[in-house]
Amino acid sequence: MSLSPSPRDGGEDIELQLLLEALFQRYHYDFRHYARASIKRRLVQARDQLGFPSLSALQDSLLHDPATLPKLLNYLTVQVSEMFRDPSYFRALREKVLPHLRTYPSLKVWIAGCSNGEELYSLAILFREEGLAQRTLFYATDINPQALAAAEAGVYPLDQVRKFTQNHQKSGARTSLSDYYVADYGRAVFDKSLRDGVVFSDHSLVTDAAFAEMHLISCRNVLIYFDRDLQDRAIGLFRDSLARKGFLGLGSKESLRFSRHAAAFADFDRDDKIYQRREP
Amino acid sequence: MSLRPPLRAVAIGASAGGVQALSAILPALPVDYPLPVLVVVHVPPDRDNALVPLFQSKCRVAVKEAEDKEPALPGVVYFAPSDYHLMVELDGSLALSSDEHVNHSRPSIDVLFETAADAFGPGVAGVVLTGANSDGANGLRAILEAGGQGLVEDPAAAYAQAMPAAAVAACPAADVLPLPAIAPHLLSLAPVP
Repeated sequence: MSLSPSPRDGGEDIELQLLLEALFQRYHYDFRHYARASIKRRLVQARDQLGFPSLSALQDSLLHDPATLPKLLNYLTVQVSEMFRDPSYFRALREKVLPHLRTYPSLKVWIAGCSNGEELYSLAILFREEGLAQRTLFYATDINPQALAAAEAGVYPLDQVRKFTQNHQKSGARTSLSDYYVADYGRAVFDKSLRDGVVFSDHSLVTDAAFAEMHLISCRNVLIYFDRDLQDRAIGLFRDSLARKGFLGLGSKESLRFSRHAAAFADFDRDDKIYQRREP
Repeated sequence: MSLRPPLRAVAIGASAGGVQALSAILPALPVDYPLPVLVVVHVPPDRDNALVPLFQSKCRVAVKEAEDKEPALPGVVYFAPSDYHLMVELDGSLALSSDEHVNHSRPSIDVLFETAADAFGPGVAGVVLTGANSDGANGLRAILEAGGQGLVEDPAAAYAQAMPAAAVAACPAADVLPLPAIAPHLLSLAPVP
């Protein structure tokens, strides 16, 4: 055996880059700055499950068959989540953030990258329990239209609801989660009144502009899928979208530590990754 | 004997009985062990990761929870946080994801091994320890196919046989070693300069 370079297959990395470029040029979905290891696993899974022999073949279909795009988007964007994931985050919102928000006559909350809506319903229930729902407008955004439709439907498999319920209790619940859904043939259908103050919107953290005057932005386990440049773009967007002293909640393994916008935020709750916009 | 390219990382996967098995390996590594050591242990998602303080107190090498986008440094043991996959990016830095479970597990050993094979090619040694499922078998095969090295704890003597047995079945070329021989083997693979 020689010490020559490894026979590692470089071809697949080229195919992957070309596919992401095609997706951007053809449909303006920009995954080029997503973290590579994860996007590759997702693309390989899509290739195999959609029955293509190679990423190049998948790219060919993407360019010529409009039906391929929504299928591929589901692999690239949909996040499996759960309601009240990381209950201590919701407890921190309840006990530490909401007392501040309570002082405002009206509130705007942005769930950025809402996927199928688990986080949205968690916050809607939390705000209702704390008596703030009436004065709050929620913006739930995602780039995947199918995910937005699922979020708007608010229907989840009943077998997940036990986990949702445990999480909800640990968040310091004042009500029972069963107050908010009806069971129907193995599904939990959440009360549509939870969506009264919700605006669903197609929005990309990669290519779209800031929202205005948010009091709370919750964007959890989205930034870990971005490379550093893209993270900085998104965090800049959050900075520009927050009201004075507004709050930003990130995933439990995400932080602003390495961001060039870090100075615009103060640690509000270090353990639960809640930041507060400093005075500009 | 064939010449191998130098190793750049060790990746270890363990499940049931994993803490005891790792206790026979990680404390044996010298403080200047020349490789990063990436570890996935299946732990319940709700439990705070108690592995890091446990092994900090036992080890001479540095031990920490892996953070998203940090470089993997020699002489440091990185544990996957509970409820996140640990992956390696092409530049050798670490990445976390909350992608769906693989083999009912998050973190999954296969996910770590497959991305490590992608990033390090022949420069990674994968180690499958005790466990009661089959996570890690496909990942170890990916490491071997990329030219890397495979080590498996001898299933006959393991606390739980299923996981190492699945790895051996998937990877006949892997070295099968009893637990006490694994740390010396890792030291021989990467001599301290």
